[in-house]
Amino acid sequence: MARTHVTCTINGDETEFLCEQDETLLNALRDDVGLTGVKEGCGTGDCGACSVLLNNRLTCACLVFAPEADGATIVTVEGLASAEALHPVQQTFLEGAALQCGVCTPGFLVAAKALLDHNPDPTETEVRYALAGNLCRCTGYDKIVRAVLDAAADMRSDGALTAD
Amino acid sequence: MEYLSPTTVEEASELLAARPDAEVFAGATDVIPQLRAGRAEPGALVDLKGIERLVSVSADDAGWTIGAATPTADLTGNAQLSAEFPGLVEAAGLIGSDQIQNRSSLGGNLCNASPAADSVPAMVVNDMRAVVAGPDGTRTIPVVDVTTGPGSTSLGPGEFVVEFQLDHRPARTGDAYLRLIPRTEMDIAVVGAGARLSFDEAGVCTSAAVALGAVAPTVVRVSDAESALVGTAASDILGNGDAMAAVAAAATAACNPIDDKRGTVAYRRQVAGVLARRAVTAATERALATNGAATDGAAANGVS
Amino acid sequence: MTVTDEPTANPGYKQVGTRPIRPDGLDKVTGKARFGADLVLPGMLEGAVLRSPHPHATIVAIDTSAAEAMPGVHAVITGADFPDLAANGARPDDVLMSKNVMARDKVLYEGHPVAAVAAATRKQAKAAAAAIDVTYELLPHVLTVEQAMADDAPILHEGMRTRGLDPAPEVDSNIASRITHERGDLDQGFADADLVVERSFTTKPVHQGYIEPHAAVADASQDGRANLWCSSQGHFSMRTSTAKVLGWEPTRIKVTPAEIGGGFGGKTVIYLEPLATLLSLRSGRPVRLVMDRDEVFRASGPASGTSLRVKVGVTEDGQLTAADVWMAFEAGANPGSPVGAAGMTVLAPYDIPNFFVEGFDVVVNKPRVAAYRAPGAPMAAFAVESVLDELAAGIGIDPVELRLRNAVTEGSQAAYGPKFPVIGFVETLEAIRDHPHYQTELGPNQGRGVAAGFWFNAGMNSTATVNVNEDGNLTVVVGSPDIGGSRSSMCLMAAEELGIDVGRVNAIVADTETVGFNDVTGGSRVTLATGAAVVDACRQIKDDLRGRAAKTWDVEVDVVEWVDGQAQHVDGSETPLTLGELAAKWGRTGGPISATAALNARGVGPAFSTQVCDVEVDPETGEVTVLRYTTAQDAGTAIHPSYVEGQMQGGVVQGIGWALNEEYIYSDDGHLENPGFLDYRVPVASDLPMIDTVVVEVPNPAHPYGVRGVGEVGIVPPLAAVGNAIAAATGVRLTDLPMSPPRVLDAINRAAGDGGD
Repeated sequence: MARTHVTCTINGDETEFLCEQDETLLNALRDDVGLTGVKEGCGTGDCGACSVLLNNRLTCACLVFAPEADGATIVTVEGLASAEALHPVQQTFLEGAALQCGVCTPGFLVAAKALLDHNPDPTETEVRYALAGNLCRCTGYDKIVRAVLDAAADMRSDGALTAD
Repeated sequence: MEYLSPTTVEEASELLAARPDAEVFAGATDVIPQLRAGRAEPGALVDLKGIERLVSVSADDAGWTIGAATPTADLTGNAQLSAEFPGLVEAAGLIGSDQIQNRSSLGGNLCNASPAADSVPAMVVNDMRAVVAGPDGTRTIPVVDVTTGPGSTSLGPGEFVVEFQLDHRPARTGDAYLRLIPRTEMDIAVVGAGARLSFDEAGVCTSAAVALGAVAPTVVRVSDAESALVGTAASDILGNGDAMAAVAAAATAACNPIDDKRGTVAYRRQVAGVLARRAVTAATERALATNGAATDGAAANGVS
Repeated sequence: MTVTDEPTANPGYKQVGTRPIRPDGLDKVTGKARFGADLVLPGMLEGAVLRSPHPHATIVAIDTSAAEAMPGVHAVITGADFPDLAANGARPDDVLMSKNVMARDKVLYEGHPVAAVAAATRKQAKAAAAAIDVTYELLPHVLTVEQAMADDAPILHEGMRTRGLDPAPEVDSNIASRITHERGDLDQGFADADLVVERSFTTKPVHQGYIEPHAAVADASQDGRANLWCSSQGHFSMRTSTAKVLGWEPTRIKVTPAEIGGGFGGKTVIYLEPLATLLSLRSGRPVRLVMDRDEVFRASGPASGTSLRVKVGVTEDGQLTAADVWMAFEAGANPGSPVGAAGMTVLAPYDIPNFFVEGFDVVVNKPRVAAYRAPGAPMAAFAVESVLDELAAGIGIDPVELRLRNAVTEGSQAAYGPKFPVIGFVETLEAIRDHPHYQTELGPNQGRGVAAGFWFNAGMNSTATVNVNEDGNLTVVVGSPDIGGSRSSMCLMAAEELGIDVGRVNAIVADTETVGFNDVTGGSRVTLATGAAVVDACRQIKDDLRGRAAKTWDVEVDVVEWVDGQAQHVDGSETPLTLGELAAKWGRTGGPISATAALNARGVGPAFSTQVCDVEVDPETGEVTVLRYTTAQDAGTAIHPSYVEGQMQGGVVQGIGWALNEEYIYSDDGHLENPGFLDYRVPVASDLPMIDTVVVEVPNPAHPYGVRGVGEVGIVPPLAAVGNAIAAATGVRLTDLPMSPPRVLDAINRAAGDGGD
């Protein structure tokens, strides 16, 4: 069967790719588009390593059929930073040593961004539940949770400065 | 496998009539793992999320209409629905991680027909109805009648659930859903218990519904628990009186569980009694916190 | 670049003990870092492995013709394509390693590879693998040590006789070996005791649970050489092992390390590497093989399931008098469980005058076990530390105090033989005893548990090269894969040696042809051993730089000292020359500046950890909530404190998972029922509190910066710490892991006299 043509916006760029109709978005992003920052840890939605924003909703790319992305807006870990600066949560992950091996990190960063986009002042418990869909086997989550709370504080104070 | 994305219920029905090898899906959170494991091999998959009616939530004087493919995140994010049916919304919100919540739906959770589906006991105690579209038009059936066993439903060829209907909550009514999982997230229920109770102005229970998940091939209504509760004062319920001992015993007795990797028969029976009692307590507390019918003030209390 | 500056126990250090951002950090937060499955080569094929659906069977025939004829298929290999190592006189362990990578006459566990395919797409490769027709003759299987050790048990390996028995046995057995350690007079020791507690324990196999599945890309060429990219804990040992299985000289293979997405011991062994290499050789194309998650669970190394009996005696004033330990460890399909390490560690923290330790390495029809963080020690500690908890309660003393009264110190004769050098066990115990956590009040259904643990740490072989660049900045080239921030630690030690800011040092992990040999990243050895090599190379560079300054000033080298990143004359008579100035002039002083050090590290510093855990137990459902957790661990010197804390926290949380919910669940017919993260339940963020750390620093005098190694010991105490806390909360002692809600509730029911199941 001929492959299916998909047009979507990925990290701000209009992007086209060809995919099998039963291919997952994860596979398409990694192998057809070349965004290998999106990781496969399980392929069943249980680890969160492939987390992306699909039409501004946090989603496991492994549980989406690639053709569903037609017309969609997608943000991956590769789209979090600007040319000038990292996203605050990328910065606090670095400063707070919130990664060890780093393979779960892209998914955590996207999930953290999704959380902070709609909850700028989460409690520790809210952070823990918001990140429960992302497995990390190295850190025990302590430094990850702290980094997300630190990023939230940084973003609030930046926002306050901007507002002034 | 072919991916098809109709935009109307009629178009979906026509596709399904033309393609007997097709299956519908909403969030794909169960379909993709099944495909990956080789447990399903449909010739075509029909994506229902492109049909606006299936991904919308609305309320009128009679009650709520919830599109079958609506992401459960849209239910937990709906303040009015959460206030009126906190138990239902909590159950929907327990289906997986935030990532899953943006894809999972009541229709998918029901029609996947897992005995452990979290939203089903909560839908059943709230007497929800499913509007089913098919080759011969639409029909409306109680949610409790949709699932017939693990992985099987009463839906005929070409039929799919379009939306759910939910009457507004009567006065002094509360619902609750609790489940037991080994972790705090990301697990399938080992036992689930939903309850809904209504009380009269004197604080006496006028109607009760108790349903269990994950303890039998399909959701189980615990009628002995319900009859023990009706006529019981809320104070007795909250005081863990005789009626509550009867609720726990009835729930344990109503189980028909299996030993599997998630729990033993003995464990499921015992914990079903515990969770049924706790769900009844939570529903009662919520009912007492609401003075009137939901339409008097849907924002009321309710949310714990 | 430095985020915070915190003085450590060694106030003289300016770099060591600070918390710089790691050199590889930016790539890892932006998605640029290349892990095992991320490499794409021109013309690359995708592979798939066909695995046994049976736990134990003879392979009667394999027909690959249908698969070979399928679209997109370029190569199909089976056991027949691998050399017969036994016929070539290889060591028995290597023969078994080869057969584990690809089955020959027999499959020994569900998931055992029987064939592999390379095709244009992964889908085609999987379809072709499924089309391979294997005829099996099923054999009876054994899944537990009890089944495998039974007299009439089906035998996995014909001809296998138990080693370590006198006289040598004359019948085949699934018991590969027996180990023992003993001291004193056991009967007298128990006679001297006022209280003796004896308990039996079991633990289930658990998986390391790294988030990145195994992956390898091979590109073999017509000259019989191969490039191999893989994520592993040691690309040199991947090279050695792959070459052995293929019957090649190791240098025919160049291995380039990908970033590694977690290992914890499980990525020290080969699985896909020889298959990818052979498929590439056969197809003439690069081949990528990536495991699915269920393959990771079914076919890569879990940690042993175990069965233990422990009996310990104590006097009423808290002196341990005797210990009798029996343990049997599942090795999986081939011998090699860590029962040896378990036997050495089980009593190591304590001075016990009389003991007998006996252990058995037992093969069963499950995947061959691999190392998992302090291999063998957590299960052994679960048993002993649980019994110590009962003894402390029985004689009415505080559990930390009981351990303090018996703790080994410098000069103590370890139960496994040697005398301990300077160690910090007592300091970790005191840190917990004196921690505010230990004094807090507990509520209803809550309990507190304490446990301790020991791990040897390791030295072994490392090579490092340090290059001075033309701008005076350093590049440190190591061959130890960085699985948790070790590049940063290398940079810090190099910066400290040369007296420059750590921001001027970069560290890279180089391939097998760019840097000299390195053993695996394992045994908590990298900061110690590779660190020692880096320090040695830096000292050579310092001597070189002093010599160049002496030459420039035309003075003797012994009047030139190196202080704060520059050469200066001892009497201050010359204008100091900075590292940058010396680098800029290297053309006039002897050329580029570079040094290499290669060593087999000695002076290993043992590690101890003491931990305290508070839990709450729901008495009606058996659910356990970890309320608070504090770990005190002797790091020697914390080179990068954040990553030391990270290792301590990560080890604790893996231990909590092991204690509460993680287990391999096999059906009676030998199939793994939970080969995914849904039902193999590693802890999620919402399961846990913060993990408080107390980094104890008792420097290792045998290392230039006092390093001990911090990676492993943290996972040793949690199993018992959690169990002891549950016992305190419920009054019920659980002796079988995991302590999942059904098990906890059953134990509560039994104690209440309600039977249980």
